[in-house]
Amino acid sequence: MLKRVIHRITGAEISQPPLFSHRKPWSKPFIFAVCAVLALGAVSLFTGVYDIQGREDGWNMFFITRVPRTAALMLTGAAMSMSGLVTQLITQNRLVEPTTTGTIEWAGLGLVFVYLAVPAPTLMVRMAGAILFSFIGTMIFFLFLRKVKLRSSLIVPIIGMMLGAVISAISTFIGLVFQMTQSIESWFVGSFAPVQIGRYEYLWLIVVVNIIIFVYADRLTLAGLGEDVATSLGVNYNRIVILGTCLISAAVGVVAAVIGNLPFLGLIVPNIVSMYRGDDLKSNLPWVCVLGMGAITLCDIISRTIIMPFEVPVSLILGTVGAVVFIVILLKQRKQR
Amino acid sequence: MREFKDHTQQNRAKTGPDDKSRSARAFRSQREEKRYWILLITLIVLGAVASYGLLVYNNPVPVGAPSFIPVVKRRMVALTAMIIAAVCQSLATVAFQSSTNNRIITPSLLGFEALYSTIHTGTMFFFGTSAFLKFSGVGPFLFQVVAMILMCLILYGWLLSGKYGNLQLMLLVGVIMGTGLKAVSSFMRRLLAPSEFDVLQAKLFGSVNHADAAYFPIAIPIVGITALLILLYSKKLNVLSLGRSAGTSLGLNHQFGVIYTLILVSVLMSVSTALVGSLTFYGFLVATMTYQAAPTYDHRYMFPMSLAIGFLILTGSYFFMYHVFRAQGVVSIIIELFGGITFLIVLLRKGSL
Repeated sequence: MLKRVIHRITGAEISQPPLFSHRKPWSKPFIFAVCAVLALGAVSLFTGVYDIQGREDGWNMFFITRVPRTAALMLTGAAMSMSGLVTQLITQNRLVEPTTTGTIEWAGLGLVFVYLAVPAPTLMVRMAGAILFSFIGTMIFFLFLRKVKLRSSLIVPIIGMMLGAVISAISTFIGLVFQMTQSIESWFVGSFAPVQIGRYEYLWLIVVVNIIIFVYADRLTLAGLGEDVATSLGVNYNRIVILGTCLISAAVGVVAAVIGNLPFLGLIVPNIVSMYRGDDLKSNLPWVCVLGMGAITLCDIISRTIIMPFEVPVSLILGTVGAVVFIVILLKQRKQR
Repeated sequence: MREFKDHTQQNRAKTGPDDKSRSARAFRSQREEKRYWILLITLIVLGAVASYGLLVYNNPVPVGAPSFIPVVKRRMVALTAMIIAAVCQSLATVAFQSSTNNRIITPSLLGFEALYSTIHTGTMFFFGTSAFLKFSGVGPFLFQVVAMILMCLILYGWLLSGKYGNLQLMLLVGVIMGTGLKAVSSFMRRLLAPSEFDVLQAKLFGSVNHADAAYFPIAIPIVGITALLILLYSKKLNVLSLGRSAGTSLGLNHQFGVIYTLILVSVLMSVSTALVGSLTFYGFLVATMTYQAAPTYDHRYMFPMSLAIGFLILTGSYFFMYHVFRAQGVVSIIIELFGGITFLIVLLRKGSL
C-alpha cells in the first residue's frame, strides 16, 4: 500500500495528458503567457537605479547593461527549466534536476580545476571545464541510478544532494589547498549583476541546445518511458540518454560559467507545467520555456528592487521561493492521490 | 547487512524465555564479541593518548612553571568542545540512521543547522544588535532548544502521521527545507549592516578552536541529559531499526519512537552546530566506521563504539595536524573530505536503497 502511494507521488506514469487537444502550440492561454513574459521583460528593462531617460548616456547604458541582462535572464530561464525537464524524463523521476543530481557542484569542480590549470582562464575555457565536468558528473549519477535498485523514488534527490555536498567538499578542499576559496564562494551565489555586453554572449549557445531539444523532443519522450518500451518502439535508448546528458551538461555548464548556481528552477517549472498539461514533451516544451523565462525574470526583478539601490543575488530569492514551492508540490501530490 | 538482520531476527524467534542455552546475544560469535571489546578498549586508549597529547605535547612552558596551568586550561576548552562535538554527532547520526532505517542519510542534511542559523539571523534581522547580544545565556538558549523541538514536533509529527505518513517524504521535505532555510538566512544576512553581520558571524561560525567557553555551563548539561536519554532508549532503537512493520508488530509505537528520536537528535545537532559549526560528513564517517567495528544490531554496544570512534577521529586528527604536519585550520575540512569519500564508496557499493 505504502509502496504504491510512494510510487504514485513521483512515478513518471502519473501524468497522462489530461487534454489531448492541447497539441496546438498557439492556444489562447499560451499567447497570454507569452505576453505576460514580454511584459515582465519590459519591466526588467526599465528596472534599475541608473536614470535612463534623464541622463545623456542613458540609452548607451540601456544597451550595455539592461538589454544584455534581460536577454541573459530569458536564456538562462529557458536553459535551466528545459534541462530540468530532460533530466526528469531520462531518469523517470520527477524530483530530479541539476541541483538535486549534483550537476551544478560538478560544474563548480570543473571551474576549480580550470582555475588551477590555467592562470587566467578566458570565459571560453571556464565554460569548457564546467561543461566537461557536469557531463562526467551527470553520467556518474545516471549510471548509479541504473545500477541501484530503488525502494522509493523520493530517495533519488536526497542521494543526489548528498553527492553534490561531497563534490563541493572536494572543491572546498582544493580551494583551501591552493588558496582560492573566495572565488569559489563568490561563484556559488548565482547573480545577474555582472552581466553586460561582452560578458554574456556565450549564453546564446543555449539557443542551439534548445533547438536540439525541440528536434529530439519525441524521442526523448519515448526514452522517458523506460529502456524496454523505448527500444521496442524503435529508439536507440543509450544513444538518446547520452545525447540528453550532453544537452543538459552543455546548458548547465554554460549557465554555471556565466551566471552561477540557480537552484530549483529546473524542478519547479516542469512540474507545474506537467501538473496541468501531462507529459508530452513536444507540446510542453514551449510552455516550460516561457514559464522558466517568466519565473527567473520575476525573481530577478524582486532581487533588484527589494533593497534598492543595492541588489541581492537572485539565487537566494530562487532558493527561498523555490524551496517553498517544491514542498507545496510534494505535499499537494501526496494529498491528491 | 541484510543477511545479518535476518539472522538476528531468526535468533529472536528461536529463543524462548526459558531457554538459557540459546540466548539472543548481541554478537554472532564469541570471537566477534572479543574483537569488539579489544577494539573498543584500544580506541578509547588511543583517544585518551591523543587528548593527553593535545593537552601537554609541545607545551612551550615547562611542567610546573606558574603559566603551565593556564596554557593547559586554554587547551582544555578546545578539548571539551571536541568531546561535546563527538558525543553530539556520533550519537545523533547513529540514532538517526537507526530510527529512519537507512545508513546513508545523516541528520546534518535535514536542516537542523540551517534552522539554527535562521533563528539567530532572524533575531538579528528583526530585533537588531542589542536584542541579539541579549539573546544569549541560559534563558534564550533554552528558548532556542524549545523552539527547535516544537518545530520538529510539528513538522515531523505532521509528515509522519496519518494515512500518508511517509518517512522518505519527511526526509526529502527536511532536506529541501534545509536548503530553503539556508537561502533565507543568507538572504537576511545580505540585508544586514556590516557591523551587525560581524557580530552575527562571530556567533554563527564556531570551530573547535574558537569554541565559546561561556556556552559550556549550558551546553554540557543539555548534551549530557539528551545523550543519556538516547542511551536509555537503546533497546527501543534496536526495535526501531527493524523498520516500521516489524517494529509495530513487536509492540512498539513506531511513529512515536521516530519522532522522539528525531527530537533528541535535533537537540544534539543544534548544540553541536552552536559550538563547533557545521560538519556534514563527520557524523557519517563515524557511523559507518561504527557499523564496521561493532557488528551488532544492539545499540547498547553500538553507542559506546561510536563515541570512542568519534572522539578518536577528532582528537587524533587535530593532534596529528597540529603537532606532526603543522597544518592548522584545515582539520575539519580534511575530516569532511574523508567522510565524503567514504560516503561515495558506501553509495557505489550499495545494491539497493
